[in-house]
Amino acid sequence: MAALSALIIGLLFGAGLAVSQMIDPAKVLGFLDFAGNWDPTLLVVMAVALVAAAPGYAIARQRERSWLGAPMQIPARGDLDGPLLGGAAIFGVGWGLAGFCPGPALAALGTGMSDVFVFVAAMVVGMLAHRLTPAQRP
Amino acid sequence: MEHFTPLSALIGGALIGGAASLLILANGRVAGVSGILGGLLALPRGDWAWRAAFVAGLIGGPWLVGVLRGAPVAITIEAEGLTLVAAGLLVGYGTRMGGGCTSGHGVCGIARFSRRSLAATATFMVVAAVTVYVARHLAAGGP
Repeated sequence: MAALSALIIGLLFGAGLAVSQMIDPAKVLGFLDFAGNWDPTLLVVMAVALVAAAPGYAIARQRERSWLGAPMQIPARGDLDGPLLGGAAIFGVGWGLAGFCPGPALAALGTGMSDVFVFVAAMVVGMLAHRLTPAQRP
Repeated sequence: MEHFTPLSALIGGALIGGAASLLILANGRVAGVSGILGGLLALPRGDWAWRAAFVAGLIGGPWLVGVLRGAPVAITIEAEGLTLVAAGLLVGYGTRMGGGCTSGHGVCGIARFSRRSLAATATFMVVAAVTVYVARHLAAGGP
């Protein structure tokens, strides 16, 4: 049941990335390029997504278990540390270079474009490299 | 701002945020794609099925949109070669080190008013914008 639910929700998420065009790196770079022909689309997508996600989290916080009976796994940390900000900065450089973040990159695999596979393969290698760096492990 | 597409942004954003709501309510999990994929790479650990299913859905979603529209989803990737590889490596490493990406920190984290996610999102947004500025307007010598 958990897998079926995740599949359907993944479909919705992926459809949202396609409809909003956030799956398109050129569209994302258009938002990140404030000095160019600025495209505020990403800001609207994020704002609406936040408004739609907030009620889910507000309800989830009051529950001990999910609809399917799984424990609620909501992060509880509130401190700011080096790995958080350093990791975000490293991610930011990569995001700015190609316009791809993990969700859109995976979602774009269905286009069959070889460049997407190259990016996703490199991203997976980057994730595995982090796992092999003991000092950086969270 | 002639590229601005507010209507599709509204519908797409609602789908993304709605999916994030559903994943926490139904499965009790955060819809953070880097975390979901990262956990999938940590095999064997038992909870890979829902992660694999979510990723399959993520790939199937745009395909479904293409079928319903009668035209496949088209994207443009400007980065190529070593730049593309470097970008992938940095995104993979950085999102694991920072514990999230645009979905986990940017949408789910801010939706629950997490201080860590707000700080991470502000950081990767600013750094990405600076990177684009340097790459497009300084290094390339463009306008």
